[in-house]
Amino acid sequence: MSQFQKKVELVRTEVLARDVVRLTFDAPDIAAAALPGQFVMIQIVPGQDPLLRRPFSIHQTSSDGSLQILFKVVGRGTKLLAEVKAGEQLSLLGPLGKGFVLGDPDKACLVGGGMGIAPMLFLASRFCRQTQPVQAPTVILGARNRQELEPLLAGFQNLGLEVLAATDDGSLGHHGLVTDVLKGLSLAPGFTVYSCGPRPMMAAINHLCLQEKISCQVSVETVMACGMGACLGCAVPLKAGGYAHACSDGPVFESGDLLWSL
Amino acid sequence: MEPVIVKKDEVDLRVAIGTLELKNPVMTASGTFGYGREFESFVDLPRLGAVVVKGISLTPRSGNPPPRIVETACGMLNAIGLENVGVDRFISEKMPYLSALGVPVVVNILGESVEEYSRIAERLADVAGVAAIEVNISCPNVKKGGVAFGADPKMAAAVTAAVKQSCQVPVIVKLSPNVTDVTLMARAVQSAGADGVSLINTLIGMAIDLRSRRPSLANVIGGLSGPAIKPVALRMVYQVAQAVTIPIIGIGGITSAEDAMEFMLAGASAVQVGTANFVNPRASEDVVDGIANYVREQNLDSVRDLIGALLLG
Repeated sequence: MSQFQKKVELVRTEVLARDVVRLTFDAPDIAAAALPGQFVMIQIVPGQDPLLRRPFSIHQTSSDGSLQILFKVVGRGTKLLAEVKAGEQLSLLGPLGKGFVLGDPDKACLVGGGMGIAPMLFLASRFCRQTQPVQAPTVILGARNRQELEPLLAGFQNLGLEVLAATDDGSLGHHGLVTDVLKGLSLAPGFTVYSCGPRPMMAAINHLCLQEKISCQVSVETVMACGMGACLGCAVPLKAGGYAHACSDGPVFESGDLLWSL
Repeated sequence: MEPVIVKKDEVDLRVAIGTLELKNPVMTASGTFGYGREFESFVDLPRLGAVVVKGISLTPRSGNPPPRIVETACGMLNAIGLENVGVDRFISEKMPYLSALGVPVVVNILGESVEEYSRIAERLADVAGVAAIEVNISCPNVKKGGVAFGADPKMAAAVTAAVKQSCQVPVIVKLSPNVTDVTLMARAVQSAGADGVSLINTLIGMAIDLRSRRPSLANVIGGLSGPAIKPVALRMVYQVAQAVTIPIIGIGGITSAEDAMEFMLAGASAVQVGTANFVNPRASEDVVDGIANYVREQNLDSVRDLIGALLLG
């Protein structure tokens, strides 16, 4: 297990939609070791306020050593991060956590909602690298509206993948939830759903997959301080009782192992 | 401590907590360093003075419901609830790795009764690699035990005496800052036979999420740590240093060698690096390097020259 704590250069900041930001870092060590579903902890400022690193799932890596994250500005930390200038150095820690377990590409359905789309591109690219596009995975992506979703489709389309889109306002693709689209596909047993998104979305997908007897892996998001199993702050309640930790047991879990009704 | 001939380019960083001799004064604070192995990619563990592991109870504990942590100005609040594997699994699963490394291990222990503290200490007494026991009488995040013992000098003394009777290794008592007079507690555990005291544990605090109008922590209150608490910790270490003769281990917001050496000037013989490990997993080793550089640059005979060397007046 290779993990690195590195000062890396921010190469590019792109504002893809209102408050939706994609950062590209030159981080060859972390990029080379990363697996889909893993994350990095980023120190946003060198000082002590904000004190803690922030976790971001890895959006994409490239053989040239670049690593991308995708996030929405939701608070002080993400706002400061969006304001970092290209050329500046930030401390990255990673790759961290356990990622997705990849099965057959033609029996894979990727479902991403909102910023949960971030790890789905990395996962899709690994699936496409495995095989010919003939056996491509199914991809369902959802967001609030066309403005948010459209800029995120290109990465998937560049892999030769067809994306089934859903928006809350119907401005792009299906008018409604990604779960409607997933239900409409009537996936056969033997499929695996790979999902990341808001908690209610993943809870609904878990419910659907249980009914249809389809295996389902979800990537969860929690607050965390360290990202490496030390602080134990990222407790995720388990169906069997007790807690797992998003940073070291996850962030990817079999959805059936988690407690969804809180 | 026996005199040794120190090579020119080496510096003497050795300190002692009772009979526990450390190659340098830098330890990790309990609850911020897992069981050590979590940090193996980032820290050369044998370079540390000691590794203090996550608090261990007699039986496994699953901890509090989330959210368990929240960031605050220059710090964080936690209410983990002492999640740990329990003493038996700690000995069978976690200690072999640490004892093979040869780094001194200080085991932080927590019980719900005096008898429970004794039983945990007995289980650990003869385990290879266990260099000392740190008695946690100061965790604010559990209903029973913990701070109940940490706020009452008689109870603290009773726990200390019981643990001392149960094992041969040095016993360090970790003090709570959430008391009216920390020196009373320090004196009480010294009288009961403690080989040293470590302080401070977290300060009880609270954060509220205005949007939801709910407490930020499921446990409502939690323990404040990080740079925000350093001035309070320094003050308490300084006061305790005037009140007891046993060695003190300074804890509270240490992120650098400079921070660590301020605690030593205030009277600490050693320090623990805590929350900083979350931000910079190499923090503890960086503090070792920084202290060594300072001792070399200042031409000190030993890092021990700093202990209690605060200039007043």
